[in-house]
Amino acid sequence: MSDLSDLYQQVILDHYKRPRNFRRLDEANRKAEGHNPLCGDEITVYLHLDGDVIKDISFEGAGCAISKASASMMTAALKGRTRGEAETLFEKFHEMVTGRRDGTADPAGLGKLEVFCGVSEFPVRVKCASLAWHTLRAALEGSGERVSTE
Amino acid sequence: MIPAGRQVAGEVCNECLVGLGVERIRQDFPALQVKVHGKPLVYLDNAATSQKPQVVIDRITRYYLSENSNIHRGVHFLSDLATQAYESTRDRLRQFLNAAHDREIIFTRGTTEGINLVAHSFGRSRVRAGDEIVISAMEHHSNIVPWQILCEEKGATLRVIPINDAGELLLEEYERLLCDRTRLVAVTYVSNALGTVNPVKPMIATAHRRGIPVLVDGAQAAPHLAVDVQDLDCDFYAFSGHKLYGPTGIGILYGKADLLESMPPYQGGGDMISAVTFERTLYNSLPYKFEAGTPHIAGVIGLGAAIEYVQRIGLPRIAAYEADLLAYGTELLSAIPGLRIIGTAREKASVLSFVLDGIHAHDTGTILDHEGIAIRAGHHCAMPVMKRFGVPATARASLAFYNTREELEALAKGLHKVIEVFA
Repeated sequence: MSDLSDLYQQVILDHYKRPRNFRRLDEANRKAEGHNPLCGDEITVYLHLDGDVIKDISFEGAGCAISKASASMMTAALKGRTRGEAETLFEKFHEMVTGRRDGTADPAGLGKLEVFCGVSEFPVRVKCASLAWHTLRAALEGSGERVSTE
Repeated sequence: MIPAGRQVAGEVCNECLVGLGVERIRQDFPALQVKVHGKPLVYLDNAATSQKPQVVIDRITRYYLSENSNIHRGVHFLSDLATQAYESTRDRLRQFLNAAHDREIIFTRGTTEGINLVAHSFGRSRVRAGDEIVISAMEHHSNIVPWQILCEEKGATLRVIPINDAGELLLEEYERLLCDRTRLVAVTYVSNALGTVNPVKPMIATAHRRGIPVLVDGAQAAPHLAVDVQDLDCDFYAFSGHKLYGPTGIGILYGKADLLESMPPYQGGGDMISAVTFERTLYNSLPYKFEAGTPHIAGVIGLGAAIEYVQRIGLPRIAAYEADLLAYGTELLSAIPGLRIIGTAREKASVLSFVLDGIHAHDTGTILDHEGIAIRAGHHCAMPVMKRFGVPATARASLAFYNTREELEALAKGLHKVIEVFA
């Protein structure tokens, strides 16, 4: 059993208490809603896509520390990135939190998102960490459907 | 087969229960000895499911070891043995509920199936377009969704008894909701999310004055309150075995005989028939009409052992002990800064639902789990209740008679740790 501080790292607690880009985005041209029925987390991700580039990104919603901090750090990491880069980052992030990192994804690219590596020791919390990312993917695909982690 | 020592332990326990010798009782539950993350398990998720005493585990083992056979079919020795064990459990359940007849006791998979049985059989044959079903704002999803499905199918309307900020039903509103279009009232005895004990007896009397039958969801009441279905005068009473120290997958639907007689079968299959031709089928009499297919025989027999165990201790003593625990837990939790208890009804049973300022219930649950403390975090299958109180989720500690004051102190200590992590 890993230590609790691996999960609740200071950076994560900071993003939970003071989430970045936590607002409605008026100039958004894509948005998607995500929902984790297990714990009642609700999130809306707003995107301003300029061609292939994420010009701006924000989120709103209520959730646990892991889901809110994950959403906050995701928005901070993706501003100015391309759609392809976002997809690659999601892939790496997902492999990290599910503990399936096997070298095919380069962990180096995750940067600050590395603080979520402790999540892999808490399997029931993986959905919390990945809710924002699943919602982002729905927004990018423009499917407009409500995303559920169930 | 069954270690003799355990049987003796059960007997000894029976004698030491005056004042509920909780330390001895805990010895009867093997799962309570488990270590979680290197710490002693503090199991406070009893409203989700209870742990099982050794006598229940042994009884199920004995059935599979030396009695296993199908019931109501064989002329052979084992089939007769299994049938007797199965049917004697039905009689034990009749006594447990003080039902008038054995045939009023239907074995189901659990509370959910019991309610679905009534919604399908009673509901489909009695409810028509424009009719109304009355439920309450504190129902578990399993006492909401079956009625929604029925109402949608029939063009009927679901009416909801509102609750106040303490989590108590507004009884004047309830009376106002009843009308000549009301076909059924379906209400929980004890709320799983709030712990409220509803005044079902007077509510049933109110409905009966208008000739409306009442279904009581007894899932949370069964482990905590002695129930006399004739005294309550309820028309249906459904509960699950697994919250009452019995196995999962087995439950009871009690129904008044004349009502059950008038209802069509719920499922077709073996055991529920008396004669089948390709032209028509003659249905079996009660209770078999509602028990299609080979039932969960081991579950029924295990539930019988669980009820015998509970009866030996006595539900009134269990209720008294748990009331003391609940009062102590309420006192401890109320002293924690930033903690708000959700559900503060005057009449409550064994549930402490709460939120911590600025901390999501799921985080609370994870940090407590690290301390070996098992609680539930979420909406408790009662999303309308969460909405009513304006919270996405609550943390819920739910008690059983094997819990102790020390465990509640461990919970309070754990909650201080949660607050510390988020400080």
